[in-house]
Amino acid sequence: MSSNIRKVSKYGSFHVAEARIRNMVKWTGIILFAAVVNPALYLVSIGIGVGSLIDANNGVNGVSYLTFLAPALLASAAIQGSSDEVIFPVMDGFKWNRTFFGMRSTPITARQISLGIFIAAMVRTFVSVVIYWVILYLFGALESDTAWLAIPAALLAGAAMGAVMLALAAKIENENFFFTLVGRFVMIPMFLFSGTFYPLTQMPIYLQFFGWISPLWHATELGRYLTYDYPLSGLRLFTHISVLAIMIVVGLFLSARIFDKRLEK
Amino acid sequence: MTEPLIRARGLTKTYGDFIAVDGIDFDVAKGESFGLLGPNGAGKSTTMRIIGATSVRTSGTLTILGKDPEVNGPQIRAHLGVVPQQDNLDNELTVSENIYIYGRYFGLSSSFINKKIPELLEFAQLEEKKDVKAQALSGGMKRRLTIARSLVSEPDILMLDEPTTGLDPQARHILWDRLFRLKEQGVTLIITTHYMDEAEQLCDRLVVMDKGKIMAEDSPAKLIKDYSTKEVLEVRFGSDRNQEMVDVLRPLAERIEVLPDRILLYAEDGEQILERIAAKGIHPNTSLVRRSSLEDVFLRLTGRTLVE
Repeated sequence: MSSNIRKVSKYGSFHVAEARIRNMVKWTGIILFAAVVNPALYLVSIGIGVGSLIDANNGVNGVSYLTFLAPALLASAAIQGSSDEVIFPVMDGFKWNRTFFGMRSTPITARQISLGIFIAAMVRTFVSVVIYWVILYLFGALESDTAWLAIPAALLAGAAMGAVMLALAAKIENENFFFTLVGRFVMIPMFLFSGTFYPLTQMPIYLQFFGWISPLWHATELGRYLTYDYPLSGLRLFTHISVLAIMIVVGLFLSARIFDKRLEK
Repeated sequence: MTEPLIRARGLTKTYGDFIAVDGIDFDVAKGESFGLLGPNGAGKSTTMRIIGATSVRTSGTLTILGKDPEVNGPQIRAHLGVVPQQDNLDNELTVSENIYIYGRYFGLSSSFINKKIPELLEFAQLEEKKDVKAQALSGGMKRRLTIARSLVSEPDILMLDEPTTGLDPQARHILWDRLFRLKEQGVTLIITTHYMDEAEQLCDRLVVMDKGKIMAEDSPAKLIKDYSTKEVLEVRFGSDRNQEMVDVLRPLAERIEVLPDRILLYAEDGEQILERIAAKGIHPNTSLVRRSSLEDVFLRLTGRTLVE
């Protein structure tokens, strides 16, 4: 035999990620197209269309609407990208092609599989976010010197949502139920109620609750703080980062356990 | 005797109240081709998953290559090649890429795998398809790719769960030929099947399983010798008359089995029984004399046919 068990126990997740990335490469055209066209559509319709009305009213938070909107769009793109890139591989791996069961019959462990899927999803998310950022820049939505800091803020949101979605997609075995649940009752409400298009404080307090549990809102606040003079107290800053970090840790921890259980059958 | 590669004692797996594997004992020696024969639901696949160190046993002891799969799962899996019942290839990737990524899961270097790929493609007769996506392959080709993939790490034990189920006869024969070559090379094979011809062709020794238990264990030839007669006469009288003929036929053979569509008469010489039936003035619609097979062994042991 020729396998290298020490190497697998160390780098197993990266081998899983490598397989996923080889898969994504087959879809390069579509991934890049989506990464360019989606932001362009949003920026033209909402950023410029709605923005011109708002800017005529002195903008939001003392900056142009596009500047206000940019960190939120970037974070939501990260969330969308990382969610897609964990949900479909998980459905495929457990059910459609059962590829996870193939991986599991090698020295790779269930925990490494879950982590590998997450790593690959974050690679894809990074690419999408950088492209989005460049487009925002070209549209003039990024004015300040610290505008690039919107990228790590968005990636943090993508990682938080990706980790939670990884656990959820692995847990819910009925994919029709899953897509209904996630598409209608998670993704769209989150997009609408996370202070994406207007400050969350415009909402009555009982609706602000949706923002508080949304990684999109936490990342958007962070992004706004980092990209323009949006005031944020030390405590608020700490809270936003902590919530996202906790989502990542808990999501990955639960994913590993759920993967382990489902692959043991 | 040298230490067996696999040793199971009182191996048991339960799912709630359901006992999938019920306290079985067996050893598998190095270089042996070992079969688990039984109908669907007999506990073969569960046994395979436990040996494959992916499913944890409920009780009993099990050592594989001297290690306990519960403790040393990844270390044991590093020595196994697994061909599951359902193919789990990465359909979006090409034939070569499927072998490549699988090799990576064993921690193999790119250079090692790339040297190995042409050899495996040749073995699986898939050279022409190396750049084709796995999803475009026929069922038989997918099966061969799954086997080729499992060999990338040069496993000590190759485990095949129902390797030819769902394949057409030609594809089955190609696959048997490939597996026979591996056996000749000294690879230890563990095969589950509910096809008796497959078990007879590929297994040196096998256990007959039913309802989670081992009913018998020996070489195919010895099992047939011990549990059946040399020949079998199959007669058909039409479904209405089979039952009424039984009492007349019973004294003629060593043993008799009545199936819904035919009657089996066990004897050393089938032609002779047929002549004696004719001498009584009885004329079945069809008759056939054949050699006993593992199917007959299974029928004898369980009172049921393998493929129902």
